[in-house]
Amino acid sequence: MTVFIIRRMMQALLVVFVMSFLVFGGVFVVGDPTEILVADDADQAERQRVIESMGLDRPFYEQYFSFLGKALQGDMGDSFVFDEPALLLILDRLPATLELATASLLISVVFGLPLGVWAGLKPDSITARTIMTGSILGFSLPTFWVGIMMMLLFAVVLQWLPSTGRGDVGEFLGIHSSLFTWDGLQHVLLPAVNLALFNLSLVIRLARAGTREVVHQDYVKFARAKGLSDSRVIFVHVLKNIMIPVVTVLGLEFGGLVAFSVVTEFVFAWPGIGQLLIMAIGQLDRPVIVAYLMIVVLLFVTLNLLVDIAYSLLDPRVRLRDIKA
Amino acid sequence: MSFIRKLGGAALAVGILASPAMPAMAAEVTIGIRSEPSSMDPYFHNLGPNNAMIGHVFERLIDFDSKQQLIAGLATSWKPISDTVWELKLRPGAKFTDGTDFTADDVVYSFERADGYEGGNSSFRTYTKGKTVKKIDDMTIHIETESPYPLMPNDLTTIMIMSSDAKGTGEAGKNKGVDAKDFNDGTATIGTGPYKFVEWKKGDSIVFEKNDGYNGQLPQDWDKVTFKFIPEEPSRVAALLAGDVDMIDNVPTVDIERLKGEADLDLSQGVSNRVIYLHLDQERDKSPFVTDKDGNPLDTNPLKDPKVRKAISHLINRDAIVARVMEGVAIPAGQLLPDGFFGRSPNLTADAYDPAAAKKLLAEAGWADGFGLTIHGPNDRYINDAKIAEAVAQFLTANGIPTKVETMPKNVYFSRASKGGPDGTPEFSFILVGWGSGTGEASSPLKSLLATHDPSKGMGASNRGRHSNPEMDKLLLEALATVDDAKRATLLAKATDIGIGEDQGIIPLHYQVNTWATQKGLTYNPRTDERTIAYDLSPVK
Repeated sequence: MTVFIIRRMMQALLVVFVMSFLVFGGVFVVGDPTEILVADDADQAERQRVIESMGLDRPFYEQYFSFLGKALQGDMGDSFVFDEPALLLILDRLPATLELATASLLISVVFGLPLGVWAGLKPDSITARTIMTGSILGFSLPTFWVGIMMMLLFAVVLQWLPSTGRGDVGEFLGIHSSLFTWDGLQHVLLPAVNLALFNLSLVIRLARAGTREVVHQDYVKFARAKGLSDSRVIFVHVLKNIMIPVVTVLGLEFGGLVAFSVVTEFVFAWPGIGQLLIMAIGQLDRPVIVAYLMIVVLLFVTLNLLVDIAYSLLDPRVRLRDIKA
Repeated sequence: MSFIRKLGGAALAVGILASPAMPAMAAEVTIGIRSEPSSMDPYFHNLGPNNAMIGHVFERLIDFDSKQQLIAGLATSWKPISDTVWELKLRPGAKFTDGTDFTADDVVYSFERADGYEGGNSSFRTYTKGKTVKKIDDMTIHIETESPYPLMPNDLTTIMIMSSDAKGTGEAGKNKGVDAKDFNDGTATIGTGPYKFVEWKKGDSIVFEKNDGYNGQLPQDWDKVTFKFIPEEPSRVAALLAGDVDMIDNVPTVDIERLKGEADLDLSQGVSNRVIYLHLDQERDKSPFVTDKDGNPLDTNPLKDPKVRKAISHLINRDAIVARVMEGVAIPAGQLLPDGFFGRSPNLTADAYDPAAAKKLLAEAGWADGFGLTIHGPNDRYINDAKIAEAVAQFLTANGIPTKVETMPKNVYFSRASKGGPDGTPEFSFILVGWGSGTGEASSPLKSLLATHDPSKGMGASNRGRHSNPEMDKLLLEALATVDDAKRATLLAKATDIGIGEDQGIIPLHYQVNTWATQKGLTYNPRTDERTIAYDLSPVK
């Protein structure tokens, strides 16, 4: 297993390296950030000065290698726009995104599992059909549109919830998060539900499929024959066995939530890393874009690895080994 | 609504506590804005959102009112005492928020830091270079230039004055040892302005409190001001409708009609200093996006002929663009600045839509059969920019100049438009751009857009069509050295008459009109410089 982990780490480094080259080169080709950053009425000399102070006058390979050299020491460069270390900018915003992703994951599980199990137990009932149709909507409606609609309904028409932004931050066990204040919870609800819709639908479908499969298996039949109560059969025997695929998928999806909550964050003016990424792309803030994507790659590789390890621990039939070509 | 709610809440709190230390009524206001500044350092980045936000805390020597007319800031009077020396009297009794007195030393210090700024995204050197600030006594300074410099007061509206006692964490030699981040966390954000800095939550909000020690003339209606950054247009409108914010800026044109119908809301609209215009390639004989009607390259460039440019101007129905594309929220333009600005030409009005006259001009120029064009423009920079480009293309296509449209995000567009071609030349032939006059008068656009492109002199920096007319250049240079206001205004007007009237070096389309929306009971002074500032927002009296 150690060999497996080491090999995985090496692969991860290679992926990060290739990715850094692609993104760095891609943003380099797109355009020159100084054209957007520099004041309109600056003269040519001032433009040249800014270009030189950002090192953009040097040839591509020089810029890339000096970036690589620094990156190896953990310095991803300073943001062109803010002139602060790109990594710090991202870490500064990460908690907001993490709490949004966590809240959204909780919503998917807490609502998705019961709904899915229900749909799996009584597949022909009207409720089950409604749930499944709803889950199709959850997959297919664009996040952007749903976000705006939710905002119009709950913030503008009903005025139950605040429309945008992050609420007050509280502290609990040394962790600072807006999930610990009432104001913060009110603010996080709409964006979290918006972000959860896709995963909610996913969990419903996984739970339903799992339940449908499991209820016909012998041990469930045996449990029923033994005279166990319905609730015990469902909560202990069925639920336990459908959890493995759900947990696996959600583990990976969490990475997706953190990395790609871009649309939701933008719509709800949520001060997380997704919004930072949008701004960075709009202003060609290359250090921030590259640092962001490298962090995302590392996140995914790590999550994948953890899921694999957890899987082998949960299910003794799975063994971690290299599959050589 | 939230404004009223908060007022109510505050009044209630006062009633319950009845503490003598409580203010009679705590007036708080929350403003939803589109763009977050990139720094609180006054010299880090010469950028609209920065200048607006930082201006709450730091004052300039001379300030602009909402119509970009000069008003006293930290200087109470300014006048030239010789051809090359301006004398400024400073405002007595002004104090920084750390309690120290404001003196001439702070002005000298601020100019030194602004002029020598290292790093940053575009310095204020454009406005500080060639100027020497001398302290005469604590309350008097002289600013010397090498040659007569009439734009002194306008330039001084850009440089904010910081405290020479500010302490930072940077290297000693660089930017006086004060880094941009020292301003972002409040360490060095010590100004004399109407508000003091409380906190900046990146990506979320900036909070100011009233500066009780302020002794200038700007109104201070609010005890606490919160700016929330809501970049997405529908979300910003929703936040206003929901009552979460008391005002928003950059109201999208599509929502204006709807918001007018809301009984709880008010709109403030005002023309800006920004003209939306078309630039045409006047330099190359073979221009890459000028073709014959079938799309084959042409050996001669019709855009070099002023008659053709004039004809194109007459083929564009500005009234229709304003009415349909801009939903009535814009003013057709015939020159660089709207009514009321310094240095406008009295002779120029927006060209009328007149296909017959245009065809005659085209025939005179030898292009009666027309030719083909491609218009390039941004799609996320100006109000409805992509739609304007499409409308222009349709007018031209309908009148014998088949025109293709290509729009792209601004991060791609501007570097291609400025230097995407071979040897760093402009890549396109026919482009849509906008220009806001930061100095509030005509020399700024004349110098950047129409003066002959010459990096060594710093002229024509944004002249992407490479218009060049020595006669206009001469008038402009003369204007830039004429201290007498009336004479200078005439010279600038003459230069405009040549650059736009005779040459049609650019084709102005319209002046942008900006819209702010507030909750009922509040009113905003629409600013021509497009800034959103708390001291221009006040309760209706």
